[in-house]
Amino acid sequence: MSFFKVEHLTMKFGGLMAVSDLSLTAKEGDLIGLIGPNGAGKTTVFNMITGRLLPTEGKIYFRGKDITGTQSHIINAGGIARTFQNIRLFNDLTVLENVMIGYHGRLRSSFWEAIFRLPRYKSEEKKMRSMAGELLAEVQLDNVADEKAGTLAYGQQRKLEIARALATNPRLLLLDEPVAGMNPRETGDMMDFINSIREAYGLAIILIEHDMRFVMGLCEHLIVLDHGVTIATGLPVEIQNNPQVIEAYLGEPEGA
Amino acid sequence: MSERHRREWIYKLCTYGAIVGLFAFFLQVQNQADEYQIRILNVSAVFVTLAVSYNLINGVAGQFSLGPNAFMAVGAYTTALLTLSPAEKELSFIIEPIIWPLSVLHLPFLPSLLIGGAFAALLGFIMAFPVFRVRGDYLAIVTLGFGEVIRVVANNVQSITNGPLGLKGLSEYTNLWWSWGVAVFTVFCVTRLVKSSFGRAMQAIREDEVAAAAMGINVFRHKMLAFVVHAFFAGMAGGLMAHLITTISPTLFSFFLTFNLLVIIVIGGLGSMTGSIIAAIIITHAGEWLRAVEEPMAIGPFNIPGIPGMRMVVFSIMLILVMIFARQGLMGRREFSWKWFCGFLKIGKRRG
Repeated sequence: MSFFKVEHLTMKFGGLMAVSDLSLTAKEGDLIGLIGPNGAGKTTVFNMITGRLLPTEGKIYFRGKDITGTQSHIINAGGIARTFQNIRLFNDLTVLENVMIGYHGRLRSSFWEAIFRLPRYKSEEKKMRSMAGELLAEVQLDNVADEKAGTLAYGQQRKLEIARALATNPRLLLLDEPVAGMNPRETGDMMDFINSIREAYGLAIILIEHDMRFVMGLCEHLIVLDHGVTIATGLPVEIQNNPQVIEAYLGEPEGA
Repeated sequence: MSERHRREWIYKLCTYGAIVGLFAFFLQVQNQADEYQIRILNVSAVFVTLAVSYNLINGVAGQFSLGPNAFMAVGAYTTALLTLSPAEKELSFIIEPIIWPLSVLHLPFLPSLLIGGAFAALLGFIMAFPVFRVRGDYLAIVTLGFGEVIRVVANNVQSITNGPLGLKGLSEYTNLWWSWGVAVFTVFCVTRLVKSSFGRAMQAIREDEVAAAAMGINVFRHKMLAFVVHAFFAGMAGGLMAHLITTISPTLFSFFLTFNLLVIIVIGGLGSMTGSIIAAIIITHAGEWLRAVEEPMAIGPFNIPGIPGMRMVVFSIMLILVMIFARQGLMGRREFSWKWFCGFLKIGKRRG
């Protein structure tokens, strides 16, 4: 039984082939990079894995279960969490509340117990609050815990989004362009941050990124997509020298 | 820690004190005020109940529903049919006789009111399945449609609703205790729900549905929860309204009612329960005070004849002003808290 496996995943939007016949496997603790030029279908892959899109063809298995076409919140409860390319925080909620949302799916009290503040709900709420506080301290956002999420600086918002995903207790984390729009120093910090949470939580991570230095420095295994087609897979060094990949990114050499 | 606990206790005592104070005030009012003033207070309470519960689905969960008139109608009819005695029912149903179980049922006010709310909640539960397949403007249109469907059904199922004749001669059970009792209970339940983990989940859905689902929140279940709770209290409010004006007919529950509620929650601030309460009270009172503008008046040398409907013009201007100068409404998404209140008083002291 493999930890995470995608078989022949295909997504067509009408006549457009967004993703074609993608297969990948991941073991527990793997760090895989999904790269490719704009419009290659990388985010579409994440959307299919997390249940936002129903793949046209193909299967997704997670911890031995077929999760293809399952609803998003059930997939999340099963242990897959994600972040978004264009940050999607709950802007009007506080930083702490954003993280507490991550625990709500595992709340066992009913809404009756919540309205009348019965003992079980009270203790669960207290636990939620303290766990969220601890998580924020770990990612160094505890000093802004009571600020509205929408008011945070860009880098902090990215971090908060990851923290919120971690709160749902995932085994597999999907990061969609975690360093988009960051300067080299921030990118370096984020690299360390991702490495540290990976070790601390024993997570498998799949990430989408354009920043080559970031991807080459972090990932152990790469998959390159171009127009939905997998054009190369392998170690970062292999990918770097793959003529097809260079062509996809830089265009055909002149006179070829 | 103990300091914080002590403070929370004091705030709690303040809340209970305020509620006791409110009812003491009503005791006074009941003895001294005239019937007209008491009536306005009763109507205010019904609108507080309606606005607070409506704000749960529209403001907190961010689902733009236009169907509270449907739930009010169901609540009002159910309650009225249960409190009317079999003899009274036989007298009113002149076109078609009333069907069997309803013809003999007769219950006291409180159980009728609760069953009225429960029936509205049941309708909300059933409606949620088709309605929440769509979002945004489409949701508004579908719920609007359901509101109209309920009205048409009430007009045509004569053996249950007595058709366009409606139900008349209901006992005037609704008094200050009932109306404000239900209002306080509604505010208690709804604010507790909003401040709980479930309320946070609803707000998360309002902020970003996709992200909420990806964070493990069952989006449909939480929309449904907000909708059903809203329906329950709107149904109770319908029952109270029926026994306040003692006559109900399908025309009473037109879209106009929903429109009024929408004005209240927008002026109060979408998502703020405090705002809804304040706006509900202000608007019901203003509706009475503004009767003055519909009377004939003399401004200087000009004699203006009475124009019926002038109040609505004033309301519209108010709404336009709110939209221009206070887009977030009176309260935005802020809520009243004793902490804020104490801070407010302290500032006042320092200045003085």
